[in-house]
Amino acid sequence: MLSIKNLHVSVGDKPILKGINLEIKPGEIHAIMGPNGSGKSTLSHILSGKSGYTVTEGSATYQGKDLLEMPPEIRAREGVFLAFQYPVEIPGVSNVYLLKAALNSIRKHHGQSEVDAMDFLTLVKGKVRLLEMDEKFLYRAVNEGFSGGEKKRNEILQMAILEPKLCILDETDSGLDIDALKIVSEGVNSLRSPDRSFVMVTHYQRLLDYIKPDFVHVLANGQIVKSGGAELALELEEKGYSWLEDAEASA
Amino acid sequence: MSASTQEINNLINQEYKQGFVTELETNTFLPGLDESVIHKLSKIKNEPEFMLEYRLKAFRHWQTMKSPEWAFVKFDPIDYQSISYYSAPKRKEDGPKSLDEIDPQILEAYKKLGIPLDEQERLAGVAVDAVFDSVSVATTFKGKLKDAGVIFCPISEALRDHPELIKEYLGSVVPITDNYFAALNAAVFTDGSFVYIPKGVRCPMELSTYFRINAANTGQFERTLIIADEGSHVSYLEGCTAPMRDENQLHAAVVELVAMKDAVIKYSTVQNWYPGDKNGLGGIYNFVTKRADCRGANSKVSWTQVETGSAITWKYPSCVLTGDNSVGEFYSVALTNNYQQADTGTKMIHIGKNTRSTIVSKGISAGKAQNTYRGLVKVLKSAENARNYTQCDSLLVGDQCGAHTFPYIEVKQPSAQVEHEATTSKISEDQLFFCQQRGLSAEDAVSMIVNGFCKEVFKELPMEFAVEAQALLGLSLEGSVG
Repeated sequence: MLSIKNLHVSVGDKPILKGINLEIKPGEIHAIMGPNGSGKSTLSHILSGKSGYTVTEGSATYQGKDLLEMPPEIRAREGVFLAFQYPVEIPGVSNVYLLKAALNSIRKHHGQSEVDAMDFLTLVKGKVRLLEMDEKFLYRAVNEGFSGGEKKRNEILQMAILEPKLCILDETDSGLDIDALKIVSEGVNSLRSPDRSFVMVTHYQRLLDYIKPDFVHVLANGQIVKSGGAELALELEEKGYSWLEDAEASA
Repeated sequence: MSASTQEINNLINQEYKQGFVTELETNTFLPGLDESVIHKLSKIKNEPEFMLEYRLKAFRHWQTMKSPEWAFVKFDPIDYQSISYYSAPKRKEDGPKSLDEIDPQILEAYKKLGIPLDEQERLAGVAVDAVFDSVSVATTFKGKLKDAGVIFCPISEALRDHPELIKEYLGSVVPITDNYFAALNAAVFTDGSFVYIPKGVRCPMELSTYFRINAANTGQFERTLIIADEGSHVSYLEGCTAPMRDENQLHAAVVELVAMKDAVIKYSTVQNWYPGDKNGLGGIYNFVTKRADCRGANSKVSWTQVETGSAITWKYPSCVLTGDNSVGEFYSVALTNNYQQADTGTKMIHIGKNTRSTIVSKGISAGKAQNTYRGLVKVLKSAENARNYTQCDSLLVGDQCGAHTFPYIEVKQPSAQVEHEATTSKISEDQLFFCQQRGLSAEDAVSMIVNGFCKEVFKELPMEFAVEAQALLGLSLEGSVG
């Protein structure tokens, strides 16, 4: 699905990622954990195509294609989805309109016809129920006046409708109370499938109580300093990040 | 990578598609303006004596006036002696009786603009008056409108056929002394549309005038007068385009609306005059006075404008709320790009009791353009319980453009309620990236964001115009689902 090799990324002259290696196979869930400033968000941005970053070395191959060469909208149409840490507001553009435009642009990319209006509404309403959202959400402007929890749920709704292959969740748990966290997690779990992979970027372990990862990687100072199974997250919860950073510094 | 600011600017740039010139034999006055020109103009149009006097009075007053300088726009002084004040396609002595007699070149020009004058081809619900340079060349559906008692004709024809209406109403909303460009217009106006809706009549179709400037070095001075008698109802649309030329051309129109008791007038404009090229060369100076008098109780006038063209736009469609309980509305989208300048807004003058006004203005500025909202809300002592709500939003695209807001509020009645809200925002890179990350191209994303920004105004436009307005902004229709 995704193969990252020796990836170095800078912002301006400042190196942020210093040689990331990561292999993600279809159906796997990878958690990327790490302290603030370790480069977690940079990793999710560079994979999804946000501007302002320079790749100085290394590669990222997605389904056999050079991911880093693709413009962001092509990545999206090819199935890369970023659930934003801070979803933006778009006044005057209804949720349902954005969803339909997005779905159609993806369908078009794959040579499919535009979705029929009735079929689309049926699809959307089903997903809305799944995420325990109010249908009124659909007709409100994108994220405008939404609470933090509503915005995150809205991201998952978009994910559920666009059915991406590689989902990158950027600090999806931040700003969520425990009820919202449960609903969002259930939403993500319902989307798990053998041909869909997830990269969860998170600071805290608590999201992983609800979405069980296959692998946990610890990012510190722009490098993956430790990888392991789900149990690594628990260890981090107990000991914090400092022992890893110390270990790296002395190595 | 997502689109940079520069790319956003490129996306907003659209080629001007109405820039063609129609080759025609014309009857054009030599440039220059003095009383003899006005005599000649009045004569060629076969006007009644009172009209000539009206024009001369306006001209004499205009000569005492100075070009206004308060607007937030910059342009070199206009040489009024270098402009031709009359240009008409050559035609048979007494004008065309039917479409067969109109120069096929003109028909072709309107066809190219998407305004076929052949009634068979028209949308059944819209009657059109086509004004080409200084004269009206065709008015469709006259017969059907006549059956309903509606008068819809070129104003020059109304001067001959309904002089009593013209005498009573012309200049009653915008007097000749009103302002510099209105005085000039009163002196030299050539044609425009006249509408009279009799008592209690609901106009059976949308009325529309399509203005086209074709000839070079001419000014277009048209005059529109709409009278909605008691209890009547009319929706009027106005569209404008011009060829691409390197010289600036002056368009100084006056529009007067009169709404009697319980009457409703809805006036919609999609203004797409040639805006000049990317370096600010050429383009139309659109200096227009539009005003409505809600003369009768419970009357209502609603202005909706989408202004995308012109090198300079200087216009303030206004409502004088004379009648008790009368309502004035102003919905505006003004898009400026490259070196375009717009200073536009409205005036709401509350005179009657319980009068209400709503102002929603959306300014979009891109390139090196300057976009100004200027609005006056005035509540006189007599206007008990008057209410106004103003919302004024600016959207900046890129970092070299400007948005300015000048609201003036004068309230002399303590029971009045006046609200003003203003916002300025930018299309952020985050918004663009978000849309792209959902699969939309940068172009579609900008369209969608701008469209969302203008939504409150677009929903006020009649259906055919809403589509045109969105096409103009290069947008796909928002809200087509659900």
